[in-house]
Amino acid sequence: MTLIPMSLKVNGTRFERAVEPRRLLSDFLREDLDLKATHVGCEHGVCGTCTVLVDGQAVRSCLSFAVQADGCEVRTADGLAQGGKLSVLQQAFWEKHGLQCGFCTPGMLMVATELLERTPRPTKAEIEEAISANLCRCTGYYTIVESVQRAAEMMQEGAK
Amino acid sequence: MTATFPKHIAAEGYIPPSRQQEPPRKSYKYIGQNLKRVEDPRLLTGHGQYIDDIAVPGMAHAAVLRSDRAHARIKRVDTSKAKALAGVYLVLTGAEAKEVTGATAQFASPPVVQYCLAVDRVRHVGEAVAAVVAENRYVAEDACDLIEVEYEDLPVVVDPEAAMTSSGDAVLHPERGPNNIAQHRTFTFGPVQEDFAKADVVVKRTLRWGRSGAQPLETVGCIASYEPGSGKFTMYTNSSFLNYVGWLVGASLGVSASKLNLIPCVTGGSFGSKLFTHKVMTLAGTLARAAGRPVKFLEDRLDNITSCDNHGSDRIYRCELALQRDGTMQSLRFQVIDDYGAYFQFGVGTHGNSLCQIVGPYRINSVQMELIAVLTNKCQQGAYRGFGSEVTNWMLERMADAAADELKMDPIELRRRNLIQPDQFPYVIPSGNLYDSGNYPAVLEEALRIAELPKWQKIRDDARAQGRCVGIGAATCQERSVFSATEFWSLNGTENPGFTLTSSPESTQLRVDPTGTIHVTLGSPFWGNSPETMATQIVAEQFQVDPSQVNVVYADTQSGFNSTGPGGSRFTVMIAGAIVGAAKQVKDKLLRVAGHMMEADAGDLEFRAGKIGLKGAPGKEKTIGEVALFAHYFRLNLPAGDDFASGVDASYVYDHPLTTMPAADRSHLGIFYPIMGHMCHLALVEVDPRTGKVAILDYVAVHDAGTVVNPMTLAGHIRGGTAQGIGTALYEKFHYDENGQLVTGTFADYLMPTLAEMPPAIRVGHVETPSPFTEYGIKGGGEGGRMGAPGALSRAIEDALTQYGVRCNELPLTPRKVRELVRAGEKP
Repeated sequence: MTLIPMSLKVNGTRFERAVEPRRLLSDFLREDLDLKATHVGCEHGVCGTCTVLVDGQAVRSCLSFAVQADGCEVRTADGLAQGGKLSVLQQAFWEKHGLQCGFCTPGMLMVATELLERTPRPTKAEIEEAISANLCRCTGYYTIVESVQRAAEMMQEGAK
Repeated sequence: MTATFPKHIAAEGYIPPSRQQEPPRKSYKYIGQNLKRVEDPRLLTGHGQYIDDIAVPGMAHAAVLRSDRAHARIKRVDTSKAKALAGVYLVLTGAEAKEVTGATAQFASPPVVQYCLAVDRVRHVGEAVAAVVAENRYVAEDACDLIEVEYEDLPVVVDPEAAMTSSGDAVLHPERGPNNIAQHRTFTFGPVQEDFAKADVVVKRTLRWGRSGAQPLETVGCIASYEPGSGKFTMYTNSSFLNYVGWLVGASLGVSASKLNLIPCVTGGSFGSKLFTHKVMTLAGTLARAAGRPVKFLEDRLDNITSCDNHGSDRIYRCELALQRDGTMQSLRFQVIDDYGAYFQFGVGTHGNSLCQIVGPYRINSVQMELIAVLTNKCQQGAYRGFGSEVTNWMLERMADAAADELKMDPIELRRRNLIQPDQFPYVIPSGNLYDSGNYPAVLEEALRIAELPKWQKIRDDARAQGRCVGIGAATCQERSVFSATEFWSLNGTENPGFTLTSSPESTQLRVDPTGTIHVTLGSPFWGNSPETMATQIVAEQFQVDPSQVNVVYADTQSGFNSTGPGGSRFTVMIAGAIVGAAKQVKDKLLRVAGHMMEADAGDLEFRAGKIGLKGAPGKEKTIGEVALFAHYFRLNLPAGDDFASGVDASYVYDHPLTTMPAADRSHLGIFYPIMGHMCHLALVEVDPRTGKVAILDYVAVHDAGTVVNPMTLAGHIRGGTAQGIGTALYEKFHYDENGQLVTGTFADYLMPTLAEMPPAIRVGHVETPSPFTEYGIKGGGEGGRMGAPGALSRAIEDALTQYGVRCNELPLTPRKVRELVRAGEKP
């Protein structure tokens, strides 16, 4: 099959690759770039587990072709922790028990990252709206909402 | 304390003595704290090492061609085009696989034969017909599309009642006999006939529990490697019963279980559905051996939802509850038809399970069950949070509500009147199981206190005055923990080969390294629970060390010990037992060495704040690290003899704390699930009668799981379990149409709750009645949420729709179903 050359930035690093046009972004990230934080749950865009940010916007990587990210800046949960330290959002998920099995967590983290970048002081309703896009089978969601609330608080405190 | 027995069970010698070493205490330093989970950092950063994150050198990828027919003979499979595709290493049909790999192992007796790839006949949509191994998954799936299968359709059986009279070509497994009845048997526990004859009132209901399933976000997978010279297999697996599943897989592959080294992975949720993942492991092992290279097979979502072997219970109940006029429950009898799907891996284990708490928290004197297990053209049943007991909880709560209606009593008052009282424990129920301890009235009152029931009643009454449909439901349910394997075979009947008691133990190794770090090795994997956090808190309590001084690792089966795995809400109880046993040996050793170092008698020393010190002498102490360092490297300065051999470590196997054999005539089933938790769930709902939409306005869940190790993670289980219970009650159904097609085969159709379907909050409370049989009095609490929500919600909806005379006898109560009920009630 013909390979399509592409160039993109993932978590700040530039990559140049040639991929099959049918290759999914999720497989490209996980297998070609060995970035394992992005998980695949349902493979048809419902559960949101595979959510990544493409140019700052939440995208279901299981419904996107890798070539669609040509020229884009992609961020995944692999890149959240910096300098060996958990990000504020990750710390908040830890503190508030925002995960159990951890499988949906990367998607939740990326949805929350998008929200907090756009809306640094979200209302509870705005957090709920964002989180309701993704499925979690373990927690019942409350602690995820609390984690995002806590992260927003911590970011505000940090900004002072 | 005097135990309570039903008259048909002889009390003498029935209850073995307790083996509890660590009695519950008034206060702890680390147990009972909301320690942040030690598992989380690596899960939050993408370093979880789930099965799909693992690759081994030379690994190829498998995909499976699945049947689009519900019931058909396989006339011909042509794999030539698939084999010719570039990048394809191997294509294997069911007939070819059968030449090297036997049937999948199972517990049913007599067995129902199943293969990892179907041979001659497919029995449900999604059953595997052929497998491809290729250089990557894309090519493997391409090759599946090139396989040609010729089928001859057979009559499809979907309706469980119709399955009872199937004959001819509609019989799924003709070698078992001329029908689709897998088992039909009646069990009587106590004087049912007499109790019914004496009753003032007999309440009758027909109830229908729909088929739902765990559907964790991670599917089942295996990476198998085979070494031709040694005949050894290495498998990465997300099975939770790591030390059991090898027996099953080895039997199918035709090798000793000792030839399999199973390496555990972090598991992305199970809820029961990954206890045994033997079909996937057997397939991966078969393909790796045939292809001559490591093979990864990971189910995709369609593989899992159509063929995971773990759909939940699917039952029709015809129940009768006998009561006195004052609401006192006397006897329960029922017929249950259970649709097991196309195979029968656990036999009727889910009913064995139900019988451990079949009378709920109520003083019911006798029970009779007529069980009819049928086979249909659906994915077979397996395990899902509750393993059958969630269904009987719902059935019993529906019957309690029906009785309250019939007797015109308040449903909460009727429950209160029938609860087993705190001074009646240990309490033996008619089926023979023992309830170890409890305070059911305290749980009910705590739930009512948190809910502020009068406020809820006012909300309901005010809403009704405005013409809105608001209702309240209560469920008081049992939450058994720590299974014994007798539940899997005790109902097979005495003419089938019986078995003996299995301990289903759990074990650990504790090792104090020369830095003073305490390493805990678990023989069972992480499946979404918090095994490392539980072990850390219990070890910290045992040694009085900071949790940061504890490190938890997982053993593979080659290096591990005698362990069973998480399931049946057992892990925290069992690992606590193993840790207490191992810690005693390790502490004794540390005290002996410290005694020599400090020239003190070991008996005068104690563990305090990370140190070993002389009792009553503050400051006279050594750190555990100092003592461990000495024990590791300076043994020659210590007395001769094994007591001072270099190093500090011990392993310990903890056996099931309390289980006994069923009676030979099955007049009772013995003690098999005795560590008994309890819960009260209260729901306030509003129903829109025009759309059938149910909104949960408020929700309270109070649980008694004995001594709580970590209230935060227990509350997480309760809320998450309740979310699944909401799904089961209101949304989720594996719906098969009349042709046996699974029409809810994606997450767009199989509707699990999102945050939008959840109540604004689930307010959780804990009551702690420690078990007299387990270490520290811990009870399991992994399944409760899902085991309570359906009962509370069914009643709340019924109460909300009082004006329509609605009876909620069938789950799930989808908007469409609720509309149907309202419409029927609107008719003049």
